[in-house]
Amino acid sequence: MHLIKLIFRNALRHKLRTGLTMLGLVVAILSFGLLQTVVDAWYAGAEGAAPNRLITRNAVSLMVPLPVHYRDKIRSVDGVQAVAAANWFAGVYQDPKNFFPQFAVEPAYFAMFPEYRIPDAQFRAFTRDRKGALVGRKLAQTYGFRIGDMVPIKGTIFPGTWTFVVRGIYDGADAKTDTSQFFFHWDYLNETVKSRTPILANKIGIFIVQIADVDRAAEISEEIDALFKNSPAETLTETEKAFQIGFVKQTEAILIAVRLVSFLVIFIILAVMANTMAMTARERLGEYATLKALGFGGGFLAAMIFGESLAIALTGSLVGVVCTFPVAAWFAAQMGTLFPVFEVSRETVMLQSACAVAVGAAAALLPARRAIRVRIVDGLRAIG
Amino acid sequence: MGIPLRYSLRNLRTRKLTTVLTSGGMALVVFVFAAVQMLDTGLRATLVATGQPDNILVTRRAAGTEISSAVERAQAAIIEAQPEIASGEDGQRLVSKETVVLITLPKRGTGVATNVTTRGIGPAGLELRPQLRVLEGRMFRFGSSEIIVGQSLSRRFNGASVGQRMRFGGREWTVTGIFAAGGSAFDSEVWGDADQLMQAFRRQAYSSVVARLTEAGALDTLAQRLEGDPRLTLDIKREREFFEEQSRLMSNFISYLGMTLSVIFSVGAMIGAMITMYSAVANRVAEIGTLRALGFRRASVLWAFLFESVLLGAVGGVVGIGLASLMQLVQISTLNWQSFSELAFRFTLTPRIVFSSFAFALLMGVLGGFLPAVRAARLNIIDALRAI
Repeated sequence: MHLIKLIFRNALRHKLRTGLTMLGLVVAILSFGLLQTVVDAWYAGAEGAAPNRLITRNAVSLMVPLPVHYRDKIRSVDGVQAVAAANWFAGVYQDPKNFFPQFAVEPAYFAMFPEYRIPDAQFRAFTRDRKGALVGRKLAQTYGFRIGDMVPIKGTIFPGTWTFVVRGIYDGADAKTDTSQFFFHWDYLNETVKSRTPILANKIGIFIVQIADVDRAAEISEEIDALFKNSPAETLTETEKAFQIGFVKQTEAILIAVRLVSFLVIFIILAVMANTMAMTARERLGEYATLKALGFGGGFLAAMIFGESLAIALTGSLVGVVCTFPVAAWFAAQMGTLFPVFEVSRETVMLQSACAVAVGAAAALLPARRAIRVRIVDGLRAIG
Repeated sequence: MGIPLRYSLRNLRTRKLTTVLTSGGMALVVFVFAAVQMLDTGLRATLVATGQPDNILVTRRAAGTEISSAVERAQAAIIEAQPEIASGEDGQRLVSKETVVLITLPKRGTGVATNVTTRGIGPAGLELRPQLRVLEGRMFRFGSSEIIVGQSLSRRFNGASVGQRMRFGGREWTVTGIFAAGGSAFDSEVWGDADQLMQAFRRQAYSSVVARLTEAGALDTLAQRLEGDPRLTLDIKREREFFEEQSRLMSNFISYLGMTLSVIFSVGAMIGAMITMYSAVANRVAEIGTLRALGFRRASVLWAFLFESVLLGAVGGVVGIGLASLMQLVQISTLNWQSFSELAFRFTLTPRIVFSSFAFALLMGVLGGFLPAVRAARLNIIDALRAI
């Protein structure tokens, strides 16, 4: 009991110093949490992937299309429930800065993605309108799209300006669903392209394949690829998760850099915290000697120093962790559709707490050693 | 009269651990600050070096990148016939009609499937890129299934050494040489004969046309004339500008993220400096009183403490820049979001970065030490002398 009382009294002796140290901890733990969340957001696409969906693309690369007639051949493979085509449109809305993904898809696509919740009436309106578009909730909020709005998009792969009419807004089944996408009819794209740039017509970017039995994913993928072996356009089929991770892997260097940097801020705050504890211990060397002279052992002194260090580190970090949530929400709102999913995960909070404990403990190491080793005579003679 | 600078220096030496920890924190911040700028500079230098100043690059209007662009044969022929296009020694126009295809190759070691730019060039393609040298092996022969690969690509991918074969587009391609292209984006590319690649990938249109101008100033007249031609829906840019734009998205991302992080992290380091300096003042109240009694003015005391803090920043700055300069040995390779293909570049340290990083370190010292120094300067002589 006395120990805890001593720890708190000691921690509050230099209010300014303790306050500043805690402020530093708040900043460090907060930015650490945000950086971890940024990295998580990168992997969000892979997290949201369903195990019963496969993606078939051209084996050369994603930018090389497949002929449209592959659809029926893929559908004939045993175990395949449904196939839908999707084309990456890569259009620009007003300014290249306003990036959001646009896909030209077949109506069957939406039945395969039950996590996109679309009101029935809106979906019917979308299917009836050739130029109709379905947009995600987050995208609609970012650019203020409302049902009935005309949205002009300039094509980069498919030339010309394309105008779509928003017919529906979809919500996500949970926070992990990407609601920053823009969908429109593949038929509309193909028919327009036929007249404008015929060489781009009847080409498909990817096929989404729904399978009945998740355990047969590998087998079915091989079967699909075998169909087109030695043809002009060989295919590569993989699970949706593998497909998404393939994207993330290519930018891995940046992710690693961000992760490394997020640990640097922990080292920065460790230096600050260790300094605070070192100064504190130096000033109190005389007191430690007095306590020793009174008969308190080295263990008691160590407990006192570790206790103080941990108390400061944990209090500061707690505030940091609590602040992470509102700041992350604000950040996500500012970033708009750039990070479709931006959620502080449980792992992040655990990592933050672990770092706090590590910083608190590491900062107390040297001061505690010094307090245990100091001889009573030297300690009493010391001046801060 | 000022307090000797030695006073501040000695104070830092007496409390070694505190000095090391405080400037260590600052060093890490300076490291981040410098490393991010080095990364950005390296990225931009790589893409700027890719373009020649008197070359033009023609793509389909609003395509933005070569892979999403298509220039039909007839359109390419019109470009070739323009009077502003220079001719080579053999009387042929200096025009390379190129095709750019992304292929997927497994990375050496990790096996991660990665997008690689494969560029088919015309016969004048090499003359238009004087920065390109074949280091090993020989140039590919036009009209055959031969390719040459850039040196950073050759290091990072399987099957990209001289004599090895790669399979894509339904054919086997033999690597006959490895080339260096002066640290440009071409170093991460595979080059072959445009006609062969177009056959393999069943393409009817080129991706882009690269041409040399008779004189650099001829671009405006050429662009004006071509814009008015209804047969052409094309964008004409200087090659250098085109590739510079390819770095914009990534470069903005790196510099915004980097600046935000540096500023946030520096708050942590400045708090560290503030704690150190406040305690330095608190421990030396009697000393400050003595200095004042000896006749030193408030301003001198303020300067002495501020200088001590700036010294902390300077030590942090030197160590941080030293650490960052080691990063020059690191090559980073990542997907460039704009061209959608793998790009390798280095951390590049420039005098400007050294200067700005050091200034940043000193600024952290000034901001961290200012309030404590003011407190030291405002101490009352009598109270200070009485303190123990």
